[in-house]
Amino acid sequence: MSKIGRFGDFGGQYIPETVMTAVHELEAAYDKYKDDPEFNRELRELYRDYANRPSMLYYAEKMTKDLGGAKVYIKREDLNHTGAHKINNVLGQLLLAKKMGKKRIIAETGAGQHGVATATVCALMGLECEVYMGATDMERQSLNVYRMNLLGAKVTGVNSGTATLKDAINEAFRDWCSNIDTTFYCIGSVMGPHPYPTMVRDFQKIIGEEIKAQLQEREGRLPDAVVACVGGGSNAMGAFYDFIGDKDVRLIGAEAAGRGVDTPEHAATVAKGDLGIFHGMKSLFLQNEYGQIDEVYSISAGLDYPGIGPEHAYLHSIGRADYMSITDEEAVQAFEYLSKTEGIIPAIESAHAVAAAMKMIPEMGKDQIVVINLSGRGDKDVYSIARYRGVELDEK
Amino acid sequence: MKNRIDECFEKLKAEGRKALVTFVTAGDPDLDTTEKLVLEMFDKGSDLVEIGVPFSDPIAEGGTIQRASLRALKNKTNLDQIFSMVSRLRDVTEKPILLMMYLNTVFRYGTERFFENCKRVQIDGVIIPDMPFEERDEVKEYAEKTGVRSIYLVAPTSKERVKMIAEESKGFLYIVSSLGVTGTRNEISTDFNDLLAPLKEGDYCPACIGFGISDGEQARKMVSYCDGCIIGSAIVNIVEKYGKDSIGPVGGFIESIREALDA
Repeated sequence: MSKIGRFGDFGGQYIPETVMTAVHELEAAYDKYKDDPEFNRELRELYRDYANRPSMLYYAEKMTKDLGGAKVYIKREDLNHTGAHKINNVLGQLLLAKKMGKKRIIAETGAGQHGVATATVCALMGLECEVYMGATDMERQSLNVYRMNLLGAKVTGVNSGTATLKDAINEAFRDWCSNIDTTFYCIGSVMGPHPYPTMVRDFQKIIGEEIKAQLQEREGRLPDAVVACVGGGSNAMGAFYDFIGDKDVRLIGAEAAGRGVDTPEHAATVAKGDLGIFHGMKSLFLQNEYGQIDEVYSISAGLDYPGIGPEHAYLHSIGRADYMSITDEEAVQAFEYLSKTEGIIPAIESAHAVAAAMKMIPEMGKDQIVVINLSGRGDKDVYSIARYRGVELDEK
Repeated sequence: MKNRIDECFEKLKAEGRKALVTFVTAGDPDLDTTEKLVLEMFDKGSDLVEIGVPFSDPIAEGGTIQRASLRALKNKTNLDQIFSMVSRLRDVTEKPILLMMYLNTVFRYGTERFFENCKRVQIDGVIIPDMPFEERDEVKEYAEKTGVRSIYLVAPTSKERVKMIAEESKGFLYIVSSLGVTGTRNEISTDFNDLLAPLKEGDYCPACIGFGISDGEQARKMVSYCDGCIIGSAIVNIVEKYGKDSIGPVGGFIESIREALDA
């Protein structure tokens, strides 16, 4: 880290003046509470009693035998309450929001997992909740829209731009500018202006800490590689963070190559992005020569974001983490493979990590260990995978 | 380094008049129309014109300017074409022209190259709504070297930040009238006397209020607190409605605001 809120040259606070005071307030509140024993005790309790932590570290024996290389462990973030890692961050941020006296919560969501987690914790904590979601995403994740409504949240469709995650973020920012006094913006990934990338990573780093302790107990050693999918990058940052100092542990991010990185339809920011300034941060973005942000595509609504969190951009720039591009087809194959081989239906986002791991594992020795961070469960994706495979599901 | 913005405000002050700053999005509906609109606005009483550089994701804009940006981008409007347009405008007008744009547009173009081009085509200032005071180093060196004024924004939430930002702002200080994004508003309820109190003593650049001003009455009220007003969305609404035929209606609108300000 160089300056505060910077990871090397990445990060920063590139936001309109209207929200600057609120961001500084958030920074101060987070600084005050992050090491506060009472705050941390409350958060650990919520993690344990409400979110079902620690999540299990599962030895995938059949997969290990089938692939014939490194030993495969799966970190079961899919078994958390609400079915993904997103709850870790939301519990942290909304506990902080309560301490700050904020009554109204806004959030953006792509696949709907962060929206569902936010709606859930708002119900738990008695907070008003409005979730912005691209109209295109609402269509492909209608189950999660209904789920958020059930939980008492208002879901507002966003039709501007490409009607996906980045547009939902734009709209949430605009809402925040308009309601800055009452409203807490619960960002769902390690992105946005400082302190969000650091704060969200801190609320997610429990994933890596648990992996380390659980593997120590099982195998008495560190893993050789930790693999996680990357959209904005929160589950990956959470899984990686505790291992950054362990130089022999390879950190692998799997980003969405959609229909291929050489087609216009992908979301492979590290492979194809350029340095830019957007959504409050300096990082890598998919953009044209004039800095217009690209329309991106992935079968996974949770990965089709044109940027990446600044700490990932930094880890990439110093060579500490590597990023692989996984196509829709590879992800769907991994989705089916894990379902059949281990009886675990992964989120299509997490299936990108499974696919990346499946490429590496056969090349590795039997004495090596790979941990796949299975960030979410795949119930929400069953319809779209069926459609991808040309199967029409009808529940009349 | 002499600059048209500074000279403009000096002249207005000497005459006891308030500045009318007006905005159009470049390339909406096309650059030919934008060029004509700029000249028409100057002709009918604008003192300074802001040309909006369309951006794919304008987070500080309301629906009106978002849609205008989208229309302009559908026409493949880009920064090089906008520089060329300003260069043509400079053959016929000596009034201050500014660009309003998002930081990524500057950054991706190459900050040094961007400011060199501003200097070349004689753009007098830039307003970058997603570059707060804290990130000023992104442009400061190049703006100063080329004499292009970098205009900073103050918001109703700025409070103890007002003085610090005002000291950094060059050309003028952009006072955001209300919370939220650009777009016309029925009511502006900010206490400007309170917000601008820190600027009463000391030597700061002129201040203009923008965001939400849509008619002569509002404009008159706003300039009672400061040195000028900025009108954007109300003009872009007219362009949205009349497209290529918006020159006359926009001119008429500017005239009405000018009359209200000078009355």
